[in-house]
Amino acid sequence: MSVFVWIETFEGQVNSSSREAVAAGRSLADAFGTELAALVFGENAAAIGAEVGQYGAAKSIVCSDNSLSVYRPEPYAALLTHLVRQHSPTVVIAAASHRGRELLASSAADTCSGLISEVIDLRVEAGSIIATRPVYAGKVLMEMTSNTATTFVTICGRAFQALPANAAASAEVTAVEAALDSGSITTQIEGFESEAGKVSLSEAAIVVSGGRGMANNPLAAADLKGEEAKIWKAKEGFKNTLRPLAAVLGAAIGASRAAVDAGYIPYEHQVGQTGKVVSPDLYIACGISGAIQHQAGMRGSKIIVAINKDAQAPIFKLARYGIVGDLYQAVPALTKALRKKLN
Amino acid sequence: MHVVTFTRSTPDTAAKVWVDDNGDVTWGDTATVVNPWDEYSLEEAIVQAETAAGKATVIAIGAEFHNDALKHSMSMGIQNAIRIEEHRADIRDSLVWSALAAGAIRKLGDVELILFGKESVDVGTDQHSYQLARRLGWTMLSYVSNILEVNGEAGTIKVEKMLEQGKQLVSARLPAVVSVMKGINEPRYPNFLGIRKAAKAQIPVWSARDMDIEPPAAATAVLAYKNPPARKIETEIIDGQSIDEKANILVERLFEEKVL
Repeated sequence: MSVFVWIETFEGQVNSSSREAVAAGRSLADAFGTELAALVFGENAAAIGAEVGQYGAAKSIVCSDNSLSVYRPEPYAALLTHLVRQHSPTVVIAAASHRGRELLASSAADTCSGLISEVIDLRVEAGSIIATRPVYAGKVLMEMTSNTATTFVTICGRAFQALPANAAASAEVTAVEAALDSGSITTQIEGFESEAGKVSLSEAAIVVSGGRGMANNPLAAADLKGEEAKIWKAKEGFKNTLRPLAAVLGAAIGASRAAVDAGYIPYEHQVGQTGKVVSPDLYIACGISGAIQHQAGMRGSKIIVAINKDAQAPIFKLARYGIVGDLYQAVPALTKALRKKLN
Repeated sequence: MHVVTFTRSTPDTAAKVWVDDNGDVTWGDTATVVNPWDEYSLEEAIVQAETAAGKATVIAIGAEFHNDALKHSMSMGIQNAIRIEEHRADIRDSLVWSALAAGAIRKLGDVELILFGKESVDVGTDQHSYQLARRLGWTMLSYVSNILEVNGEAGTIKVEKMLEQGKQLVSARLPAVVSVMKGINEPRYPNFLGIRKAAKAQIPVWSARDMDIEPPAAATAVLAYKNPPARKIETEIIDGQSIDEKANILVERLFEEKVL
């Protein structure tokens, strides 16, 4: 009887979405009348284990074995599974990041426990968890429950609010050994190319996105013609028009599928049904018409602003505010107005 | 080398999907397509089987409409297709789904590589791939953007894997379950010969008994499907004499909304 929350870390730092998982775990622990225990594996685990007390965990179980210093599913899942068997928690919860989804699904399979992933709402009724999750790209909501002793839950980013830190609180830390000896691990990490420093799309509070309209850059493309000129103009536009706006706002850069498929920007920026699903406080869509597939990735945003030349574009139906006009005039004007206001 | 990939039919991503008066999910008469993420795993299965002079098999679990995705896969060039249907099993639970999938892999016997698309757009999750890997006790390599080398003889695989913080180079032992990202390849279009062959193909259907397994009880249950609450959005088109005036008004509004 307890609620486990897995604290995701990267290079010894807590990922901010884990604080949302602690908050969701805290409210479940209260509903079940039990305690919340944080699990921290890897680099800096003991220090982080104590620190998460500030966010609502009474206890933490930590393991800083070398085999866990960089996340790999096998040693992490082996340890989580071992701890679940030992303590039989009512719930194991984590952020629905790549790793959170992989780790909890793996351990749920090991322990034959119910798994409800990418949850946007949680409640407890008559001792059972009832979770709501989006399916069909958010076109339908599904309510699920689980009937096993332990239920594994991953939560969507920004669906639950992190608790304010209580600097006086600290968690009681218990250190444990790794559950899988390093010789039994079948994966070896041979290299890592960091993309640190970029604002993550799924965690960003503000997203600035560009679409097909990025190709209407009035800048002259010296020797290029046709498609090549369009691609060059759109790339310049992302760099010199959208990035400055994103920089003022501390925003992440997104894009529509049309812009990605046309080669204007790499796929990792794609927002939509076959890209990332984002739900920032503010989403600024520039030169995006708003196909239903794009809407699936961003309609959960709190405030949507659309900038588009075509007053009939479907994006305006989702937008709280719209500017009908050329993004290459509107975006620089907006950047200038924000600089003035924010300084 | 025998490469297996799992796929499914999903409503077209542009389709309207809603909950009808009986509480069931429907997409009306709109045709289904192969799960868009699976275009990449299907292509990769063809490429990997060809490179290793092996064969590729595609499997779908569920009702007959999944034959559409299987036929699409065959028309792309996958030689064998199997559909698993078990009326006693609630395949909406991923533990049940993965038990059936593991049963099929064990029955095939010689599989060394399983490929998945990044996720399924209908159920909106990737949990099936991880749970299958655990049930089989195989290596899991997720979010793979490049398969650099598969060495059947040495029993090794080397991949590039996308993390939220960058790109990892990982080597691992086979057998492995690999989920692939968009961009790993350019999925081919079905060709005329492939389409004809697929149209004529009889796709075998396996039940749990055919695989010598007992489907487990579902660990989760779907209580209800609901239409999301309609969001009432009142759009204000910002009006002004000049673009600068419009921009200033928009900034004021955003401050009033407390999103800045």
